[in-house]
Amino acid sequence: MDKLLTVSMSPHVHHRDTTSRLMYGVVIALLPAWAASVWFFGWGALYIPLLSVFFAVLFEYLIARFLLKREPSVRDGSAVVTGLLLAFTLPVNIPVWILAIGVFVAIGVGKMSFGGLGTNPFNPALVGRVFLFISFPVQMTSWPLPKGFATADAVTGATPLGLLKEGMRQGEHVADMMKELPANLDMFMGHMPGSMGEVAAAALLLGFLYLLWKRIITWHIPVTIFVTVFLFSGLLWLIDPVNNATPWFHLLSGGLMLGAIFMATDYVTSPMTHRGMIWYGVGIGLLTVIIRRWGAYPEGVQFAILIMNAFVPLINLYVKPKRFGEVKKNG
Amino acid sequence: MSDIVLYTVLTLTLLGALSAVILYFVARKFHVEEDPRIDQVEEVLPHANCGGCGYPGCRPFAEACVKADSLDDLYCPVGGNDVMAKVAEILGLEAVTAEPRVAVIRCQGSFEHRPRTSRYEGAESCAVAHALYTGDTDCPYGCLGLGDCVRACDFEALFMDEKTGLPYVIDENCVACGACVEACPRDIIELRKRNKKDRKIYVACINEEKGGVARQYCDVACIGCSKCFQVCEFDAITMGNNLAFIDSDACKLCRKCVVVCPTHSILEINFPPRKERKKDDQPAAKKVTAAKEKKAIGKNGETQEGERSEEKKEG
Amino acid sequence: MQKIKTFPKGGVHPPEHKLSAGRPIEVLPPGGRVVVPVVQHIGAPAEPVVQRGDEVKVGQLLAKSSGYVSANVHSPVSGKVFRIDKRFDASGYKRTSVIIDVEGDDWLPEIDRSETLVREITAAREEILARIQEAGIVGMGGATFPSHVKLNVPRGKKAELLIINGVECEPYLTADHRLMLERGEELLVGTRILMKALGVDRAVIGIENNKPDAIEHLSRLTAAEEGITVQPLKVKYPQGGEKQLIKAVTGREVPSGGLPIDVGVVVHNVGTTVAAYEAVQKNKPLIERVVTVTGKSLAKPSNFLVRIGTPISALVDAAGGLPDDTGKVVLGGPMMGKAVARLDIPVTKGISGVLLIPDAEAHRRPYQACIRCARCVSVCPMGLEPYLLMDLGVHERFERARDERVMDCIECGSCSYICPADRPLLDYIRLDKLRVGEMIRKAKQAVK
Repeated sequence: MDKLLTVSMSPHVHHRDTTSRLMYGVVIALLPAWAASVWFFGWGALYIPLLSVFFAVLFEYLIARFLLKREPSVRDGSAVVTGLLLAFTLPVNIPVWILAIGVFVAIGVGKMSFGGLGTNPFNPALVGRVFLFISFPVQMTSWPLPKGFATADAVTGATPLGLLKEGMRQGEHVADMMKELPANLDMFMGHMPGSMGEVAAAALLLGFLYLLWKRIITWHIPVTIFVTVFLFSGLLWLIDPVNNATPWFHLLSGGLMLGAIFMATDYVTSPMTHRGMIWYGVGIGLLTVIIRRWGAYPEGVQFAILIMNAFVPLINLYVKPKRFGEVKKNG
Repeated sequence: MSDIVLYTVLTLTLLGALSAVILYFVARKFHVEEDPRIDQVEEVLPHANCGGCGYPGCRPFAEACVKADSLDDLYCPVGGNDVMAKVAEILGLEAVTAEPRVAVIRCQGSFEHRPRTSRYEGAESCAVAHALYTGDTDCPYGCLGLGDCVRACDFEALFMDEKTGLPYVIDENCVACGACVEACPRDIIELRKRNKKDRKIYVACINEEKGGVARQYCDVACIGCSKCFQVCEFDAITMGNNLAFIDSDACKLCRKCVVVCPTHSILEINFPPRKERKKDDQPAAKKVTAAKEKKAIGKNGETQEGERSEEKKEG
Repeated sequence: MQKIKTFPKGGVHPPEHKLSAGRPIEVLPPGGRVVVPVVQHIGAPAEPVVQRGDEVKVGQLLAKSSGYVSANVHSPVSGKVFRIDKRFDASGYKRTSVIIDVEGDDWLPEIDRSETLVREITAAREEILARIQEAGIVGMGGATFPSHVKLNVPRGKKAELLIINGVECEPYLTADHRLMLERGEELLVGTRILMKALGVDRAVIGIENNKPDAIEHLSRLTAAEEGITVQPLKVKYPQGGEKQLIKAVTGREVPSGGLPIDVGVVVHNVGTTVAAYEAVQKNKPLIERVVTVTGKSLAKPSNFLVRIGTPISALVDAAGGLPDDTGKVVLGGPMMGKAVARLDIPVTKGISGVLLIPDAEAHRRPYQACIRCARCVSVCPMGLEPYLLMDLGVHERFERARDERVMDCIECGSCSYICPADRPLLDYIRLDKLRVGEMIRKAKQAVK
C-alpha cells in the first residue's frame, strides 16, 4: 500500500452538523421576523440589519486578525447571528453611527474581550443593546410606528410597555389604560411600535418552530420563560387587576418573544443541562415581570437575560444531569 | 440635602465598623497556629511550584522540611545545593547535596530515521496516542512527538522541533524537576548527571526489541550488539533487554563507545571537535565536529538542533 | 408484536449503512499461515501448551487459560506450528502468538461437525459451565469478557432474566443480523443452554426494528418456546450497550459501578449464544466466527464465517480487494471500532467487522472552540457531561473528573459523534479514565 492509513480513536463517523450550520440555522429562523419587520417598517428594516451584520463580521475579523493575532473564525457564523440579533433590538430609525458603536461594543467588549466564541459570559447582542440603551436613551426610545399607525403628524411613539410604565407613573389605572394599548391580536401580528425584530410574535414563533424542528435548540428555555411570565403576571393580575396588566399583554408585548426564543437560548450563555435550563428560564421569567412591574425601565427582558447569564456558571456547577444508575432500583 | 450626606456617611461608617468587627472575630476563630519557620523556608525556595520535589508545591515542601528530622529524603532540584543549604541553616539540620542533573531524550526517531507507517489524528496528547496504539511509526518504544513533555515543562526547557518531530532539551533552562519524565508515557526521558560544559554521552534509544527488528523500525535504534560494552574501560555500560545503558555516574566521557556504535545510537553532545587524524576512519565523530562550529552563533538549543540535522544527512 | 421499547436518556442515530445485510454468511476456507494470539480476551493471558514444530488438529488446545478470568485458545486450523513468537495485534503492539502453517483441514474426532440440530440439552448445569469454559468462549460482541465468568452467578445474587443481545446498533455491521436469520434454531437452543446454566426461566431476545426479518423469524420460532420472547427495540445507538439494553428491556438501571447481575439480569451476545450451543451440543470450541467485511467503496460487502487467526487482508481480498481510496481500516463498527495501521493482523474472537472507510470520510475535521451547545450532555446515555470531562482531561484535573463520574463512561462515542465543533471529547475522556483508573488502583494498594 502506498498510502498510509489514518488511525484515530473511535468514533470514526461524525454527525453532519457543524457550528456554522447551527448558526446559519438560527439566521434562517430569524428570516420570518425579518420579513415581517420589512413589511411594517419599510426598507430601513432591510438594510439596517444587513449593515449590522457587516459591521459585526468586520469587527470580529479585525479584532481577531490584528489584536488577538490569530486566524479569524468569522466563517462560523456567530458574528452574523450577533449582528442580526442586535439590529433586531433597535428601532428602525437608528442612526448608522450609533449602530456601529453598538456592534463594536457587542463584538469587541461582549465577545472578543473574553476570548471569542464560546467563552463570553454574557450574550454579546444584549451587551451591545444595553450599552446603547444607557448611552443614547433618546434615540433608543423613539420607536417608529409601524405601517397603519403612522399619521401625518406622528411617526414615532412609545412601545406598549412604555405607555404602560408612563401611565403607571402618572397614577393611572392599568385597567383604564388597556383601552389605549393595542389589542392582543394586533400585538401578536406585530401591529405595535417597537424594535425591528420584536414586534411580530407570530413570525418569531414560526422561527421557534423551525429551530425545534432542526433540533438547533430544545424547548426548555423558551417554554419555561413563557410559562413563568404567564403564571407570575397572571397571579399579579388576579390579585390586583387594577394595577397590573393582563398576562397576555406581558407575553405579547416588548421583546419577550425575541428574547426568550433567540437570546436566552444562545448556546454559550445558557446552561448545559435541561434541568439547568428550566431554572434559568424560571429566573428570566420572574425577573422580567419584576422589572416590568416595579423597575424603572418599561422593558425587563434584556436585563433579566443578562442577570441570569451571570448565574449560568453557578447553575452548571450545581445542576447536574441525572446520572445513569444513580438511583438504585430493584424491581 | 445635608441630611442625605449625613445619613450616607453614617450608614457607610456603621457598615464599615460592623464588617471590621465580624472580620476580627472570624480571624480569631479560624486562626491557625503555624510554625514561623515554614514561612522562612518557603521564602528561600524558588517558588516555581513545579512539584519536582515530590510535593504539590513549595509550601507543602516547606512544611515537610520543617516537620522532618533530617533532610535526607527532601531535595529541591530547582534550587539545588545552594537553596538546600539555606533551608538546612534555617532548620539547623544537615544539608544534603546532590549532583545537578539534566534531562535527556532517549530517542532519535526523527522523520528521516524512522519511517511513518500510519497517520495519527486526534487529541494532541502522547498519553492519548499511547493508549490507542504504537503511534505513527512501528516502534512501540519511541517518541510519539505530540509534546506532553513540552507542555509539562514549567521552565521552557523543552521544545518540539517540527523538522524532526522530536523534543529537545535546552540545557541551561532545565532544572531537572522531573515533570517531563513523569509526563512521558513511554519513559523516554531520563535525568542524568550534569557534566561540566553540559557534556553528555548517552544511548538515545530504549527499544527492547531484538536488533534486527529494532533496526526495521528505526535506522538509529540500539541493536544491543554490545560493542560499546566491550570498549568501555570504566564499566559504565551495562547490557540488558537488547539495550546498552550508560551509567552517567560511572561514565568518564571518553567517547570511545560513540565511535564503535554501528547505528549511531550513542550521542555525544557539547564536546570539542575531535582531532583531525580521527576524522577519516571515524565518520561518527565528524558530524559533531561540524555541528560544533555552529555553536558560536546559536544558542544551546539551536546547537542541538544543528547536530541533529547534521546527523540526518549522514543517516 | 410487542410494544417497541428503547432506553430513555441520550443516544444518537447515525446513518445505518447496513450494506451487507442481504448477503448470506459465506464460509471462508482456511489457508496459508494463521496467527493466533494467546490473549483474545479480557483477563490473564493464556499459556501456550504447544511447541514449535508440533502437528495440531482443528480444535486442539493451543494455550491454556491461566486463571479464572482468562480463556483457553484452540487451534482454528490443522497444520504445523511454525513458531511461537510476538506478532502485531490491532494496537500495533506485539503480542505472543502461535503461528501455524495450514495443512489440510483435519478436525479432532470428538467434534461433531454434522449439520443436525441437537435440541435436547442433556448436560447438567455444572457441565454446561465447564464446557463453555473449556471451549474458550468470550463475549463476541467486542468486549471479549470470558463468558463462563458471567454465567457463574456470584453468591448472594440471583439471576432472574437472560437477555440475548441481537441489537447490533453499530452502523454497517450485519454479522449478528445474519446469524439470527440463518441460525435461529441453534440460537434458541443456545439460549436454553444459557438459561439452564443461570437457572432462569425467562429470556428476552432484544432486536432493533431495523431488522424486521430477524424479528419476524425469531418471533415465529419462539412462538412455541416457553419463556423466550423477542423484544423489538427502537433504533438508537448505543442500545447494544449492556446497561442501555437492560434499561430498554426491563426498565431497571444497573447501579453506577455495578454489574448487570446486581439487577438480576445477565446479557449475552447472539454470537456468544450460538458459540455456547456449539460448545455444549457439538463439543466444538470457539475457533471461528462471523465477521462483516464492509465499506462504501468495497466491491462485495460480505459476511464471512472465518477461522480465528486469519489475516484481515485475506478477508478484504475475499470481499473484492482493498479499494484504492481506502483511508482508514476499522475493526468493529464505526462508533466503537478500533482503527488499525496495517492489515497483517489476525481475526480474533472479539472482531465483529472490518470496515473500510474511504479517504474522503476518514479524516476528522479540525476542531473548534466549544460553543456550549450542550448536545454532548443531551446525547450522553450515562448522564455525564462530556464537555466538562474533556476540559478536565486537557487541564489534568483528574480528581474532579473522578468526582464527575468519568468511570461511568461506556465510551460509546455519542458525544464526539454529535459535537458540532468536532471536539475530540472521547479522546480526552479516555485519558481521564486511564488516569483515574491508575488513581483508584493506587488507592486500593495503599489500603492494602
